Amino acid sequence: MPRQKRAIPEINAGSMADIAFLLLIFFLVTTSIDSDKGIAIKLPPKPDKTQVLQKIQERNIFEVLINSQNQLLVEGEYMEVSALCDAAKLFISNKERNPELSESPDKAIISLKNDVSTTYGAYLQVQNELKRAYNELRDEASRAKFGVAFDDLVKGSEREQEILTMYPQKISEAEPEDIFKD
Amino acid sequence: MLLFFFMVVTKMKNNEVKVLITPPSATEAAVLENKQVTTYLYIGKPVRPDIYGSGVRVQLNDAFKEASEIPAWVEEEKKRIPAHQTDFFTVSIKADKTIKMGILTEVKQSLREANALKIVYSANKGKSIGTK
Repeated sequence: MPRQKRAIPEINAGSMADIAFLLLIFFLVTTSIDSDKGIAIKLPPKPDKTQVLQKIQERNIFEVLINSQNQLLVEGEYMEVSALCDAAKLFISNKERNPELSESPDKAIISLKNDVSTTYGAYLQVQNELKRAYNELRDEASRAKFGVAFDDLVKGSEREQEILTMYPQKISEAEPEDIFKD
Repeated sequence: MLLFFFMVVTKMKNNEVKVLITPPSATEAAVLENKQVTTYLYIGKPVRPDIYGSGVRVQLNDAFKEASEIPAWVEEEKKRIPAHQTDFFTVSIKADKTIKMGILTEVKQSLREANALKIVYSANKGKSIGTK
């Protein structure tokens, strides 16, 4: 019997589109472009026994206390969270040279103290407001000096550094022992 | 084209979050610059209280741990990232906004103990209570 030459059957490519489409939908669903955002904080290093305590003038300390009811006590007075940013800005910059506020922005220190049962949400709220105060001050300084927003300055540039030394962010948090004591 | 895009972008989640987290929102939340050097730490109430109890727990990688176990975990995580970048090692704390500061302070102290000083409080970008 003579062997017939058989034609190679063609692969049906009609369903290719369907398969690709299905895969596309699968990846669409599983993809999660998780953009992680947050407030960056630098913790102080481990307390050193040999550390010498610096004396800081009372006027340079901006005291913020958060109690267990998430209420604020700023410089000995009750305050709403919404007013904190402006109060902090006023304290740090002290443009009117008020003798009760900070000597200069780079000497200003914010002291933050919270209770054990303060909620994290409220705590972060306060952190956010303080950060906002600094960000706004830096932005103002940058606009006045260079005419551009602080965010638009080149990262690591001299100009950025200049603003950062003008307004260093000094937020000091109380050691837990001090919190739990009272 | 789209298919390839999503194929490349898709990254399977490597650790399952076993705690319920409603992140707080903050107006000043900034995008994390370097994800390679970031590790995540979760604090919140377990999703399944019938198994893990209803107290607030700390989750490291896949397991619930105590705050005292953090230094060992940090050491382990630091090995994972390139040696020249260890200075940038960052811990992103994803915590529920209703947790108390007591547990967070414990975690922070352990992180200080472990010399992991760069931390990020993970938050959604958005209106905070302060900016009404």
